[in-house]
Amino acid sequence: MFNQIKDRYRYSIILLKQLIKTDFKLRYQGSFLGYLWSLLRPLALFAILYFIFVEFLKFGGDIPHFPVYLLLGIVLWNYFIEVTTGSIAAIVGRGDLMRKINFPKYVIVLAGSFSALINLAINFAVIAVFMFFNHVDIRMAVLVLPIIVLELFVFALALAFFLSTAFVRFRDVSYIWEVLMQGAFYATPILYALSEIPVKAAKILMLNPMAQIIQDARFVLITPQTVRINDLYGSQIIRIVPIGIVIVCAVWATLYFRKQSKYFAEDV
Amino acid sequence: MDGLAIRVEKLYKDFKLPHEKQTTLKGHFTNLFSTKRSRSFERQHALKDVSFEINKGEFFGIVGRNGSGKSTLLKLLAGIYQPTNGSVDVRGKLVPFIELGVGFNPELTGRENVFLNGALLGFSKQEVLEMYDEIVEFAELEKFMDQKLKNYSSGMQVRLAFSMAIRAKADILLVDEVLAVGDADFQRKCFDYFYKLKKQKTTVVFVTHDMNAVLEYCDRAILVNNSQVDFMGSPKDTALRYRKLFNDDNDQTKPGTTTKTADNQITTKWGDESASIDSVVVSPNPVRDADKQIEVKVKVTYNKQLSNPVCGIVVKNASGQELFGTNTNIQREKLGVKLPGQSQEFIWAVPNILSEGKYTVDVAVQQSDAVTVCEWWEDAAAFEVRSSEEKIPYSINPGIGLSFKPIKK
Repeated sequence: MFNQIKDRYRYSIILLKQLIKTDFKLRYQGSFLGYLWSLLRPLALFAILYFIFVEFLKFGGDIPHFPVYLLLGIVLWNYFIEVTTGSIAAIVGRGDLMRKINFPKYVIVLAGSFSALINLAINFAVIAVFMFFNHVDIRMAVLVLPIIVLELFVFALALAFFLSTAFVRFRDVSYIWEVLMQGAFYATPILYALSEIPVKAAKILMLNPMAQIIQDARFVLITPQTVRINDLYGSQIIRIVPIGIVIVCAVWATLYFRKQSKYFAEDV
Repeated sequence: MDGLAIRVEKLYKDFKLPHEKQTTLKGHFTNLFSTKRSRSFERQHALKDVSFEINKGEFFGIVGRNGSGKSTLLKLLAGIYQPTNGSVDVRGKLVPFIELGVGFNPELTGRENVFLNGALLGFSKQEVLEMYDEIVEFAELEKFMDQKLKNYSSGMQVRLAFSMAIRAKADILLVDEVLAVGDADFQRKCFDYFYKLKKQKTTVVFVTHDMNAVLEYCDRAILVNNSQVDFMGSPKDTALRYRKLFNDDNDQTKPGTTTKTADNQITTKWGDESASIDSVVVSPNPVRDADKQIEVKVKVTYNKQLSNPVCGIVVKNASGQELFGTNTNIQREKLGVKLPGQSQEFIWAVPNILSEGKYTVDVAVQQSDAVTVCEWWEDAAAFEVRSSEEKIPYSINPGIGLSFKPIKK
């Protein structure tokens, strides 16, 4: 059974590994610091945001370890942006290859997703260092983190499938997504604490899977004082909404991609 | 489906050609409310009702002019395009070579590109590692593997790509003619590879313009013209039909007439009939060792007034391969103005450099543009060469000299 699956996906797996490797090699090609930029980019952004929002504007209120709390939010959000925005031109960019050889197209999108995941792992290492210096207590709840990351992975991947496919026919997608994400950044509790906005607004914002994911991750990793979706609604059942959004997105995007991917070579 | 490698049934492929490609939402939006929606694209039939079968182990040729649909057909076989209608059934693992070095990235080193291209051909990292030395050695690039591909010359890139390609393990190979580009040395390597494939009984689908290659390698071929299969049959007949097609632009060209000569030889004549070849005689026949020359006498009658027509002959061996030929232009003879009813005899003196075997002669009369065919007589005459010398596997025996001496170290 296992071998059957392995045989069937042998080509995809071989290809996926190579594409991830290539992606990684090419990413910082020609830059002096190379892979270090994977660490430096979130750190630089963190430094800027920290000075503006924590030191200058005094955001964060009573949340303990707010700098690390902030960093975690930024890192997760960056992963989401990297996967979705990066995927948009992925299929079109491989047009030349698709016209020469037939291969499973989902590998292209998956490779982008995995390569961002490697980046996320590096960023988590940075966060771990910050947690250590901030004396953050490690609790058992941290064991839930992989599930939260899985949800993030699936959600970002689903959107990546949708965006890359839509972009083949509608080139406006990249601009629309860019504007949308600029708005979404502020609609997601990344820079500010949820306690600082009206409860009604917070309730609506938390239905967004990204908000739910970031807050859950902060809860299990940084501090139990994080406001999660179930804290706002007073019930765990409400989780059905963000998780349901993720599942619907994943199923629908997969079907859409499968249907359209046959014609990529002709449409690109 | 036993013994079959590929079955293509009633295959249709249409492309939608937008008059102006609508790739923005606004374009789609305005299009939505436009009453002339149907005018936004045009259907182009790239293939119409194509059916054929390829047997296992067959070297199958697909020939056709540019834009005939043969590349579309290749991409449909490779699964790159989806059929609009009909089916393509492929049995076994198929690897297409529509281009060499698929996926090569100029920013990666030669070594990294080997692994990337290998993955696209279906080789795992371990498998590539095992044959890595062979690949590099064959490509003669030992010193360059850690350099970026962008610093390679185009010749080096092709060598590396080809060295990868010939390692592809597949039940069916799709080969576009682009494989046979490059310098003479590279072409020789390519053709060696084709011979190897033929010997190993790999199923090969070969797309080309080159009729000599078709005659040399293919077991069977189809001719694609105007999106349809125009002809399917032996390489020889396909090549003949293809050549005729080139003269179809001239509306006066009549379809070829096939006749059987007294010795049961099938011959075909075609052209616009502005001149006719009355007879072609080869003497002596059979040709023996003592004969220094083979004479080919051609009688031509002109039916129309022609200015500087061109007459030529081509000698072919038994497998239909063109060995050599000449014409009045090559011989720097201007024939001048010919009037209707005028006749002329040409006597070609061919030095006897042929080895034992059977040969045929094609004779053609063309107009001064050397394109429009007045009359082309395929296999106009057949003759035999008998030699007392030991039989050699080559058609031409020009009397090659040999001497050798020891080299002092």
